[in-house]
Amino acid sequence: MLAAFDFGVIGRNLPYLWEGMQLSLLLTGLSAFGSIVLGTILALMRLSGIKLFQWIGAVWVNFFRSLPLLLVIFWFYFLVPVVVQQQVDAFQSALIGFVLFEAAYYCEIMRSGILSISRGQAWAGYALGLRYSQTMRYIVLPQAFRNMLPILLTQTIILFQDTSLVFVVGLADFMTSAVNVAQRDSRLIELYVFAAFVYLVMCYFGSLYVKHLQQKMHR
Amino acid sequence: MIDIQNVNKWFDDFHVLKNISMSVAKGEVIVVCGPSGSGKSTLIKCVNGLEPFQKGTITVNDVSVGAKDTNLPELRSHIGMVFQNFELFPHMTAMQNICLSQLKVLGRSQSEAQDRTNTLLDRVGLEGLGFKYSSELSGGQQQRVAIARALAMDPFAMLFDEPTSALDPEMINEVLEVMQELARDDGMTMMVVTHEMGFARRVADRVIFMDEGEIVEDANTDDFFGTPRSDRAQLFLSKILQH
Ligand SMILES: Nc1ncnc2c1ncn2[C@@H]1O[C@H](COP(=O)(O)OP(=O)(O)O)[C@@H](O)[C@H]1O
Ligand SMILES: [Mg+2]
Repeated sequence: MLAAFDFGVIGRNLPYLWEGMQLSLLLTGLSAFGSIVLGTILALMRLSGIKLFQWIGAVWVNFFRSLPLLLVIFWFYFLVPVVVQQQVDAFQSALIGFVLFEAAYYCEIMRSGILSISRGQAWAGYALGLRYSQTMRYIVLPQAFRNMLPILLTQTIILFQDTSLVFVVGLADFMTSAVNVAQRDSRLIELYVFAAFVYLVMCYFGSLYVKHLQQKMHR
Repeated sequence: MIDIQNVNKWFDDFHVLKNISMSVAKGEVIVVCGPSGSGKSTLIKCVNGLEPFQKGTITVNDVSVGAKDTNLPELRSHIGMVFQNFELFPHMTAMQNICLSQLKVLGRSQSEAQDRTNTLLDRVGLEGLGFKYSSELSGGQQQRVAIARALAMDPFAMLFDEPTSALDPEMINEVLEVMQELARDDGMTMMVVTHEMGFARRVADRVIFMDEGEIVEDANTDDFFGTPRSDRAQLFLSKILQH
């Protein structure tokens, strides 16, 4: 029975699979960066004294958190070209979808991070003559970011897993590449086992690193 | 220098400051004392606009703190403030703590700011400790860094909110000594919330006693500790001086 398996198919297609992995990693990296920046801005809006900003932040978070990511990716693939009136490639539309969607989650992480910093820290900044933006940039956000780093990384691991959904817009991420090879060479089991193994190892070591960070911070 | 006229403040329904009027002249040291919850911290935060107030006026160096068109960051950069819990920035070294506002607010160059910081660290008795993070410093050392940080802005007045209440007893004096030097040698204008009555007696020109959001007593230091005064202040003093 085992003889029927041919794991050599993986070795032969490694360059192609690696290309898929590069796309997954690039999409994860760019999405994480963009959505952490956007999420932080949304968090500051939610915590601001300005009602309109609070409202925009709250609506954003609740809107995107009640939609399935798959739908958002699909949507942006069809919507973005209409809005900008020109062809947009699948990678760009997926990236936009991911950033807007994930920002809702990163926003809530950054919001609790900012709330974890005592008011006295901001007071000390203002008392020195720093403006709001400077106090946030140099005093509050660096500490909030540091406190939330393990949770931000955990969310990014989830984001990495979610990038596999881009197959719906025809992008060849790692998962899609594995599926393509599997179907072309009729080696479903080998490729699915391999893909699962790769995701498992990467995410497992990612989580281990997060644990390690947490322990280091709680020393 | 600091002029407070008929200030009233509410937290929702709670009337925390009731018709407060007082002033601090240039070069004067005023001690504010009173039971916990009487509104001392709230009052001192109103002086540099960290807390808004609903009625009355506060002017510092003839600038109205509560006015809409006042540039608060600019005004605050001239008023030093020292907090009960030090509020050093824990992700920065002592040097970085003291340099930050010199660089970002005053626009000093890196080397100017560092020179000034080293001078100030010497002055508060922390020569060579600029590379330490706050977690590596004792409470007394942290508070002296915080004082140096405020002085780095060359303020024309200093506000202290219970600067020694969070300290172990053996560290209180090292902080009080720095404050005393500041008053004596620099003639700094100071408003100090504290229960250190020894400090008040030695350094203060006037003592203000607050209770339940009101100023109950505003007297010259000698009068405050000498002649008869309100029952509430007397009771408070007798409790404090027993310890
Ligand atoms: N942000 C706030 N919201 C509501 N009540 C407050 C707030 N800050 C202080 N208080 C209340 O105002 C009163 C005065 O507080 P505070 O100025 O800190 O007094 P003190 O410094 O004299 O101990 C206290 O009863 C306190 O509970
Ligand atoms: Mg207080």
